[in-house]
Amino acid sequence: MSLITPDFGLLVWMTLIFGIVFFVLAKWGFPMITDSVQKRADRINESIAKAREAEEKLRNLASEQEALVEKARKEQAAILKEAASSRDAMIEQAKVQARDEAAKILDQAKVQIAAEKESALRDVRKEVAVLSVAVAEKVLRKDLENDASRDELLGRLVDELSSSKDLNS
Amino acid sequence: MRIFKLILVISLAFSVVQSGAVDYSSGMAAGVRRYSAAAERGWTSPAPDRQPVITDTPATDEVDLDMDEYLYGHVRDSYEWHITTINGKPVSIPLPVIVISKAGSGAHIFSSKHLEEGEYKGFSIATSGKYENKIVEKGSGGTQVRPWDFSITKNVLGLMINSALLLLIVLGTARWYRKHDATEEAPTGGAGIMEMMVSMVEDDIIKDCVGEDYKRYSPYLLTAFFFIFINNLMGIVPFFPGGANITGNIAVTLVLALFTFFTVNIFGNKHYWKDILWPEVPTWLKVPIPLMPLIEIIGMFTKPFSLMVRLFANILAGHFMILGVIAVIFLTAKMGAAVNGGLTVVAVILGVFMDCLELLVAFIQAYVFTMLSAVFIGLSRPKAETD
Repeated sequence: MSLITPDFGLLVWMTLIFGIVFFVLAKWGFPMITDSVQKRADRINESIAKAREAEEKLRNLASEQEALVEKARKEQAAILKEAASSRDAMIEQAKVQARDEAAKILDQAKVQIAAEKESALRDVRKEVAVLSVAVAEKVLRKDLENDASRDELLGRLVDELSSSKDLNS
Repeated sequence: MRIFKLILVISLAFSVVQSGAVDYSSGMAAGVRRYSAAAERGWTSPAPDRQPVITDTPATDEVDLDMDEYLYGHVRDSYEWHITTINGKPVSIPLPVIVISKAGSGAHIFSSKHLEEGEYKGFSIATSGKYENKIVEKGSGGTQVRPWDFSITKNVLGLMINSALLLLIVLGTARWYRKHDATEEAPTGGAGIMEMMVSMVEDDIIKDCVGEDYKRYSPYLLTAFFFIFINNLMGIVPFFPGGANITGNIAVTLVLALFTFFTVNIFGNKHYWKDILWPEVPTWLKVPIPLMPLIEIIGMFTKPFSLMVRLFANILAGHFMILGVIAVIFLTAKMGAAVNGGLTVVAVILGVFMDCLELLVAFIQAYVFTMLSAVFIGLSRPKAETD
């Protein structure tokens, strides 16, 4: 039956036609299409990867930023704390210094006062001595006008001298 | 969903055309032609002038539809492209006949219309015998001799038209890529559909079935797919330039199968040949009687053989089924207007259904042929077995 016996002429024509179609399409047809599609697919994949990377980077950036802010805040707190403590220390130091200084000045003043007092006392004593000598002169002059008192005085003086000599030796 | 609607609409259109002009392609037997012309007359102007042959003597041989001739006439190759019949006169495109005589009269090229009257330059179309419907010449002793026949037959012309169409479509799509930067934009319209289909075949069939070096085979497999697909589709189109039963012709599927056969066996690697000649089976299956190698070698040929028969039989059967459904209209013409009208409606509905089915089959068979070719190619390139 002719339906299942391949006809030779048609075989030849079919081989020729299919061969030509295959050659043309394999050279100028399908590779062009498949390569372009492949290229586009590659590009899309690449773009997706890049987008993911960027997203990742962005997310990292945000967390980095957060960390930075946190760090800054901590630093700020530390600085403030330090400042406060150093201020306190400075005040304390100043106080101590002031106290010391005051004490010093006070001491100096005391010494000076003491010296002034001494010199004043010395002056007074000197004056008193001069005055008492003058008084004693006047008294003596009057006393020495009678003999009895003169003798007594002489005797007392001698006593005094001798006792002071004893004391000194 | 849209694509299904489209398919439905196309099939409906085809069916209407088919049932309206059933005498659409070549090879319609003379009896059928007479019959359909008569039936037409009977249909348009009922009872009074209806020919007595049709109305009252249903069993006469004169009007019986020659079912064999009707079916085979539509699916076989022929030397002219019969388009339709108007008022009993066939309208057909005569095709060039190219023959080289074996009887010694040399090569001849002439129009097939010379053969309608009978013999021409010693060549004629055999009406019976071994070379029925083929060109023969008279050999010595009055025997029929088949000359070398390279005629542009209906199927050859159909092949040329469909191939030209395929080239136009694919090269047109390739041209889009040449003119555009495909990495920046995607094609729309026709090129977009082609890209979708090419990607589908490449990703679903070729990459999966062939394996890693699929790129080398992808042009062949894509060509095979689209070649089969467009010829299947054009076979469903009921009028010129479609309607030729190309992929339902064994010569065409034989060539396609041979291409796959050679692709498989020429590029098969050494592991493939080892699996055939010295497969991993118990030794007594290989020596002294090479049982397994024999089976494997037979397998080499049965694979493309099955490809050939599958495509051929599926498409041929599809054509037969549609023709059969349409034939119902003519078979029932003598049963009266009511029966015939009712069955015509049934035939049209069935025709729509069959055309939808054939559209599906057209795709599936192209898909299956390509997929199996890809699988066979993949099997011919096994990697060394690692234990």
